[in-house]
Amino acid sequence: MREAINHIVFGWYPYLCLTVFIVGSWLRFDREQYTWKTGSSQLLRRRQLMWGSNLFHVGILVIFFGHFVGLLTPIWIFDAMGISHTAKQWMAIIVGGIAGIMCFVGITLLVHRRLFDVRIRSTSSFGDIAILLLLYAQLILGLATIPVSLGHLDGHEMVKFMTWAQGILTLQPGVSALIADTSLIFKLHLFLGMTIFLVFPFTRLVHVWSAPIWYLGRRGYQVVRASHPEARTNYARRASQSPRARPAAAE
Amino acid sequence: MSHFLDRLTFFTRPAAPFSEGHGITTGEDRRWEDGYRKRWQHDKIVRSTHGANCTGSCSWKIYVKGGIVTWETQQTDYPRTRPDLPNHEPRGCSRGASYSWYLYSGNRVKYPLVRSRLLKLWREARAVRTPVAAWSSIVEDEKKRAAYTTKRGHGGFVRATWDEVTEIIAAANAYTVKKHGPDRVIGFSPIPAMSMVSYAAGSRYLSLLGGVCMSFYDWYCDLPPSSPQTWGEQTDVPESADWYNSGFLILWGSNVPQTRTPDAHFYTEARYRGAKSVVICPDYSEASKFADLWISVKQGTDSALAMAMGHVILREFHVDRQASYFNDYVRQYTDMPMLVRLDKKDGKLIPGRLLRASDFADGLGEKNNPEWKTVAFDETSEGVVVPLGSVGFRWGEKGKWNLEEKDSDGRDTSLRLTLESAHDQIVDVSFPYFGNIDHDHFVSDAHPSVLDRRIPVKKVQLADGEALVATVFDLFVANYGVDRGFGGAHVAKSYDENVPYTPAWAEKITGVPRDQIITVAREFALNAEKTKGRSMVIIGAAMNHWYHSDMNYRGVINMLVMCGCVGQSGGGWSHYVGQEKLRPQSGWLPLAFGLDWSRPPRQMNSTSFFYAHTDQWRYETVGVEEILSPTAPAGPWDGALIDYNVRAERMGWLPSAPQLRQNPLSLAKKAEAAGLEAKDYVVKGLKSGELQMSCDDPDHPDNWPRNMFIWRSNLLGSSGKGHEYFLKHLLGTSHGVQGKDLGETGKKKPKDVVWHDDAPIGKLDLLVTLDFRMSTTCVYSDIVLPTATWYEKNDLNTSDMHPFIHPLTAAVDPVWEARSDWDIYKSIAKAFSKVAPEVLGVEKDVVLTPILHDTPTEIAQALDVKDWKKGEVEAIPGKTMPSVTVVERDYPNVYKRFTALGPLMSKLGNGGKGMAWNTEHEVDFLKKLNGVVTEEGATKGLARIESDIDATEVILTLAPETNGEVAVKAWESLSKATGREHAHLAIPKEDEKIRFRDVVAQPRKIISSPIWSGLESDKVCYNACYTNVHELIPWRTLSGRQQLYQDHLWMRAFGEALCVYRPPIDLKAVKPVIDLKPNGEKQIVLNFITPHQKWGIHSTYTDNLLMLTLSRGGPIVWISETDAKAAGIVDNDWIEAYNANGALVARAVVSQRVKEGMCLMYHAQEKIVNVPGSEMTGQRGGIHNSVTRAIVKPTHMIGGYAQQSYGFNYYGTIGTNRDEFVIVRKMVKVDWLDTPTADQPEPLTVARNMEAAE
Repeated sequence: MREAINHIVFGWYPYLCLTVFIVGSWLRFDREQYTWKTGSSQLLRRRQLMWGSNLFHVGILVIFFGHFVGLLTPIWIFDAMGISHTAKQWMAIIVGGIAGIMCFVGITLLVHRRLFDVRIRSTSSFGDIAILLLLYAQLILGLATIPVSLGHLDGHEMVKFMTWAQGILTLQPGVSALIADTSLIFKLHLFLGMTIFLVFPFTRLVHVWSAPIWYLGRRGYQVVRASHPEARTNYARRASQSPRARPAAAE
Repeated sequence: MSHFLDRLTFFTRPAAPFSEGHGITTGEDRRWEDGYRKRWQHDKIVRSTHGANCTGSCSWKIYVKGGIVTWETQQTDYPRTRPDLPNHEPRGCSRGASYSWYLYSGNRVKYPLVRSRLLKLWREARAVRTPVAAWSSIVEDEKKRAAYTTKRGHGGFVRATWDEVTEIIAAANAYTVKKHGPDRVIGFSPIPAMSMVSYAAGSRYLSLLGGVCMSFYDWYCDLPPSSPQTWGEQTDVPESADWYNSGFLILWGSNVPQTRTPDAHFYTEARYRGAKSVVICPDYSEASKFADLWISVKQGTDSALAMAMGHVILREFHVDRQASYFNDYVRQYTDMPMLVRLDKKDGKLIPGRLLRASDFADGLGEKNNPEWKTVAFDETSEGVVVPLGSVGFRWGEKGKWNLEEKDSDGRDTSLRLTLESAHDQIVDVSFPYFGNIDHDHFVSDAHPSVLDRRIPVKKVQLADGEALVATVFDLFVANYGVDRGFGGAHVAKSYDENVPYTPAWAEKITGVPRDQIITVAREFALNAEKTKGRSMVIIGAAMNHWYHSDMNYRGVINMLVMCGCVGQSGGGWSHYVGQEKLRPQSGWLPLAFGLDWSRPPRQMNSTSFFYAHTDQWRYETVGVEEILSPTAPAGPWDGALIDYNVRAERMGWLPSAPQLRQNPLSLAKKAEAAGLEAKDYVVKGLKSGELQMSCDDPDHPDNWPRNMFIWRSNLLGSSGKGHEYFLKHLLGTSHGVQGKDLGETGKKKPKDVVWHDDAPIGKLDLLVTLDFRMSTTCVYSDIVLPTATWYEKNDLNTSDMHPFIHPLTAAVDPVWEARSDWDIYKSIAKAFSKVAPEVLGVEKDVVLTPILHDTPTEIAQALDVKDWKKGEVEAIPGKTMPSVTVVERDYPNVYKRFTALGPLMSKLGNGGKGMAWNTEHEVDFLKKLNGVVTEEGATKGLARIESDIDATEVILTLAPETNGEVAVKAWESLSKATGREHAHLAIPKEDEKIRFRDVVAQPRKIISSPIWSGLESDKVCYNACYTNVHELIPWRTLSGRQQLYQDHLWMRAFGEALCVYRPPIDLKAVKPVIDLKPNGEKQIVLNFITPHQKWGIHSTYTDNLLMLTLSRGGPIVWISETDAKAAGIVDNDWIEAYNANGALVARAVVSQRVKEGMCLMYHAQEKIVNVPGSEMTGQRGGIHNSVTRAIVKPTHMIGGYAQQSYGFNYYGTIGTNRDEFVIVRKMVKVDWLDTPTADQPEPLTVARNMEAAE
């Protein structure tokens, strides 16, 4: 029974979450464009937001990329780079711990603001409050794993999680068994993490997909959006034919 | 196809930059833009406006999308003005822009609604009875009647069908007409100019019935009686564009940017042009920011300020130096050269009435109306002459009623203004002084109540012996306390002496530093002298709402007249209140009052009506002796205020409704039986006591008003002064009256009015309201009918602020089951015609009408006041008592008459303001335009008035302002009286005929007409009294000139022959209740001021969500920081304001804007939005009028005396309310009254009622 539950939660549940995460995001992007937004409440009240939001976002981005790289990079790469498991474990604890505390301070401010500022509270939807509390809980759980991790600095538990995560993504059957004997706190952290992926498309978290990273690589200061695709091709053709690349002016 | 897939364009992205790589072209999906594009797409734009009694009268574009009205924006297509004058457009404000919210709001009345208890009774009765019998079985049963009347305002509406409600209303009307008389069917609707056809719909139905239309302009206290007193004109003012022509603008109690928003740009532009501006108001209003100088005057003391300014102007421009322009102006255009008899009283001389030609032995050769011709000394002939233009020349002879400087024999004259250099002696004359009356909250200044001042007089030989006479000018200057070297006391050489009306004196009373008073007066006059009258005072109703408003206004009018500003471009008296200017008035009157079928209509002055019938007179706290002048001529001057109203009705001064205790339908028959004419029968009956006037006993059930219609109005939530008395006595439901009546307090009761110890509770059998929103009035009604909004009907709209006429048009059909007012009254008329034959056929109705202004009867009671009831004079209808006319009513044909233009227009013609013209041509035109009735019956062959557009065409065709041909006829008619050619003013526009489709295409400028005193021309802006000054058309007053001396006996008795300062009266509403129900909080007493809204659509619509969002979302009262601190109130606290009249609750706005000692509550914040219960009354909230009480003033009742004759909305008692004080305190318990009351009515459903009926 225990094994079956373990298998459902860590063998099947991840796929459910990933599917809903991807298909859900796609559907929402296609069907509900006007809901695709951060839902910022900065207009209503700036108080606590500057510190809260910045600390939270910086912290969570570090944590997110830490988890992403830490869990999904094949272990042999670390080995090849000469990073010992202990060192990696320490790195995770220190970097994650600092980012986690930043994030904790930030999210505490945000939670306080969202719940106790009358104006923010009354304009919040259930989803707005729920996702914030969910992230709050997940963060606390994550911070709570640090003392546990300090108990096995050789990193063998960490390797189990890396193998599990990579196994899930590479469709290895039975990887759930690898983490059956890990500490409960990790399991809760994992479960909640997957749940966040599950609810992701139904919350304001979708704005993550639209992080304005393309802006960094933009070209040109004046952007002309062609009115229809043919115009676009004609435009491109004329542009390439014109020696000075000055389109349309002649017409 | 897919937003996501479409983004996968990594391989097709064109890499074609331009401008050396500074620009790039992308091919990304652009469908998202459609969302924004569609946001502003629409199917059509329709022209309409907001019929909100707002002078803005702005034309709007109404946008319709998918059959839904979506939003509105300002029209910008007004006809251009001439070069060098700013254009009118754009006109509109945020409040107008929020209107479309109402159409689909939760507050919309969507279906005909009936009080469920009434409907249940009706269905039970109707199941076994005919309609009229069914209604009588309900209202004649005390218990059944009380079952619904006592629940008014307590909810309990259910839906009904149109057929059913119109039948109930028709049955109630027919029953009332038959049982009590048609004058018990009352209708209240204000301001026809805001939607003329909607008004006319109801008034036409009522007039065909013989019902009573109630006045509004006086009741709203927008009517300044000083205007009819001075000019014989209800109100005529410059259009806002004329502000631009002014060199010196005083804004006196008018908050132009806030309450005249679309016109404020002319004020700004005038400032850019270089005009100087002074703003006078107690609070730091929005207008104050525009001012070069803001004068913060103590509220209610404006007349003291105006008198002091007048003192300075007289001293510097008329006495020490005579400015020739001013001198010539007052000589030709005012009564200042006219002679006044000095009478003896207690051994002293007091100014008497104006001397008349008839006072001389030979009548000075005048055969026609010598009693109505004023006289003056002529400088050239040194004799007494009869100058042209007085009212005596207006009637009974032709060609001499003008302002040429000639006497009656055609000799040129130069009238003597002062007897300074031609006097026989210098005598002491007594003037009254009221500034010494003590008041808890206003400063008094001790001087004797009678001030003797010396003036030059002449002895003249009159028919009844030798008499002393003085000119108005000499009395006028003496009254201002200006020392002219004649010696004696109570006059001042220096502005620093404390003598009534010096700046030093005014400083004490008003709190305004004397140097400010001197500077403003001097500059105001200097500008007028240099520019020939381009100094203007924009004045708001704020000053007109005081009991002694006449003094505030006449103080200002005097300044303007002294400086020759009235009737000159860029100058004059700009009194802006509601949308009072119904430009095509004389085309509208026949439609509105059924003058095409029967004349005269029944009309009533509302203030006197409500004072009597909401029994506010039973609580009167002000005695006549408190307002009587110490210089009053001998007389009993006894009785209470209501007694004066009764006397006025009796003497034919004011109208009555109901008129007689007896049913007027029964009188003609009785007269016939007695072999008398109805007129003689009524005279005989009244004298013998067989007939009684209703006003003698307003509380007797025979004299109650029974049915009442309210439409286009929120009477109970907005204008109803003494709200709680309305609830208690007129409606008979729960109320918040705190005080006790004269019976309970054992005070002196009225003399001429019957007192009943038990006051009536619930006089009305049926209250019907037509509205598009569930207003406070609707909540208290028995039947609520859903009417079309301003975007769902066709109608016409005009204002005094601009010269255009423009329409309301239906952008969409009325939604849900709503109908336009025209259609509603048409359907009621139809139901009535069906129901009426049960009890009514063709009937003869005896109608009483007061002596009317602008008719030949206005010269009725020339020299003295005589009461036929006391035997002082014979009772002669139309002369010493109301006129008596028999009018035929064809009750079964009310509907047919309603929808056709009756034969009297061809037979009797049309007219207005004393002119008359033939209008057959227009009637024939309407037959072609609207078509004729083809159905057999009483109206076959007459022009149809089927739809609201048909009705607009009737107005436009018959009115001189919209039909050039009629304008020419009207001017020619006037020429007969004046002997001067006027038609040149309209001949260039003779062929211009404005029709409904024309104004739908673009607002149209109206055509100059003699109905109004200004010109619509490309050369001048509309300015009131312009034709009096420039065309020499007399003012319609006793002297034919601007009348600064009011010589009627009652004017003299109440001390207002000349303008004086009168402090606010003490209404004594605080002391009886201040310690009644302490709640432990500190209390302060503040003056209660109710200015117009910032966050409501004009004065009425405060329940609009958008506006509520911009303000605090509920009722607010502004108080000063000092007062708030004293009472321990902080901003946004719930506070209660109460006095003997009732109580109201609101949130406090604590602001530096407000002057200490007063509080501001914006007008018409209703109890329907966010209003908790009152600690004092236990009732929900209260509205601003819960703490007010109407009070009447005898001088406003005067009649039968040239300009002081009655006219509907022209003269009469006004609903003042500013003198009121309230106790303000913080609330301890805010109870939202959201739990069931103990006697919660058993819930009724439509289904159960249906069963009951079956």
